[in-house]
Amino acid sequence: MMDMLRQYLSFPFVQYALVVGVLIALCSSLLGVTLVLKRFSFIGDGLSHVAFGAMAVAGVLHLTNDMLFVLPMTVLCAILLLRTGQNTKIKGDAAVAMISVGALAMGYLLLNLFSTSSNLSGDVCTTLFGSTSILTLTQAEVWLCVGLSSAVVVIFLLFYNKIFAVTFDEDFARACGTRVEAYNLLIAIVIAVIIVLAMNLVGSLLISALIIFPAMSAMRLFRSFRGVTVCSAALSVTCALLGILISILGGTPVGSTIVAVDIAAFLIFSVIAWLTRKAG
Amino acid sequence: MEQLQCKDLSLGYEGRAVLSGVNFSVSAGDYLCIVGENGSGKSTLMKTILGLMKPLGGTIRWGEGMRENEIGYLPQQTAVQKDFPATVWEIVLSGCQSRTGRRPFYSKAEKELARKNMERMGITAFARRCYRQLSGGQQQRVLLARALCATQKLLLLDEPVSGLDPKVTAEMYDLIQGLNREDVTIIMISHDISAALHFASHILHVGHDIFFGTVEAYQSSPMAKRFLDTEGGENA
Ligand SMILES: Nc1ncnc2c1ncn2[C@@H]1O[C@H](COP(=O)(O)OP(=O)(O)OP(=O)(O)O)[C@@H](O)[C@H]1O
Ligand SMILES: [Mg+2]
Repeated sequence: MMDMLRQYLSFPFVQYALVVGVLIALCSSLLGVTLVLKRFSFIGDGLSHVAFGAMAVAGVLHLTNDMLFVLPMTVLCAILLLRTGQNTKIKGDAAVAMISVGALAMGYLLLNLFSTSSNLSGDVCTTLFGSTSILTLTQAEVWLCVGLSSAVVVIFLLFYNKIFAVTFDEDFARACGTRVEAYNLLIAIVIAVIIVLAMNLVGSLLISALIIFPAMSAMRLFRSFRGVTVCSAALSVTCALLGILISILGGTPVGSTIVAVDIAAFLIFSVIAWLTRKAG
Repeated sequence: MEQLQCKDLSLGYEGRAVLSGVNFSVSAGDYLCIVGENGSGKSTLMKTILGLMKPLGGTIRWGEGMRENEIGYLPQQTAVQKDFPATVWEIVLSGCQSRTGRRPFYSKAEKELARKNMERMGITAFARRCYRQLSGGQQQRVLLARALCATQKLLLLDEPVSGLDPKVTAEMYDLIQGLNREDVTIIMISHDISAALHFASHILHVGHDIFFGTVEAYQSSPMAKRFLDTEGGENA
């Protein structure tokens, strides 16, 4: 088995997949805590559907690099959703539902009407569950992924303290003169970027799992914001690596394998938390 | 020196006024208590002063040398969710957020300030503890330390003693009075009218009628008589 692994690892597309997978996993875990605690998870979910719709449009238009189309569309929707979400709660939720389900339906419809591919349901399945896309990245896409994820990590590090302040207590931050709206916008844009990136790894339906599971696991064991952030980043990277390797060796779909490993980690962390609480 | 002056202020939600015709001013070193019934608009007034919401009319003028972000704020209810992972240290340090400007990280001086304020509030021992595992009184002291990191001049406290037992309440009042003696201006919302009369220098009574003046003037006003007969009767 080790030989087989070594042989696989010598293929460039496997190396790409590992590098990109690790970077995407790192990014997606960073904002997990903020997403969960700020009740932004609804935006994350809605955006992943928007990304699917945009992907379908890009497919129909035969764009060579569909990320260049999907990314601006998703960012735009992130801004729109944030704006409507701020008005009133119920209207915001309805807007998210409308946009996300609408994008899903239009995307599938477009694919059906215009697709020249002979394997339509296979294509749809790939977009939704990311079954092989991480293994078929072109070199340009790899570089785009590396660039975007580095940008996400740098932005997160630079604004770490402000993101904490805005997530923890928006009113206090506003009273201090922190430009809360600007930071919310920044967070929404970064989430949109992460979602488009993560689509390559796990497909649009499983993105939320990649973002939320590591944070939820880390929150079982750690009490500080920094501890949770560091732990969920490490955990997410580990799970992605494991998941990619398992899927290569076992021939399972990459996205769902990674999510399965994330779930396993969550269960393990929950048990450890339960044991330490019982012992303490 | 006048730090804050509100003239003919009216405030409310979505164009509907909750309070109107509010006139008062606060000078350095004052201890102003805002009293009034539940729902009379005290928290709304505080949020308007803080700039969290726009006034419907009237003006809020800040005195010489008061920048808008030189206010410390202790909210009535923190919107902190139940499982927020944050240590006491991280929260107190976040009070320095207006000092950093464009700098992404906290400086040594800011960390020192946070450490000093934790000591002032007697919570140094909890620095590494998780906020949500503290008692209500300890949590209030953490938030007070955070507010002190934001300001040396003016603290706005929205019911800082609600939900605390009598002993911890007395400690909290002592802490606040101590700060006031160090020349920190206090604006505090309180339902504890006897404590308000005891500690404050000025009273702002909001509701149907509005009173603003010194404690002595308040005690002899007809408005206080009515209020004390009902609310004060319960507390006594
Ligand atoms: N977000 C809101 N939207 C609309 N109306 C609101 C909102 N928050 C409060 N109100 C209304 O404004 C009025 C004043 O509320 P406020 O919270 O300022 O009262 P308060 O004096 O602080 O009361 P308490 O003593 O209970 O804290 C109330 O009638 C309340 O119903
Ligand atoms: Mg109130």
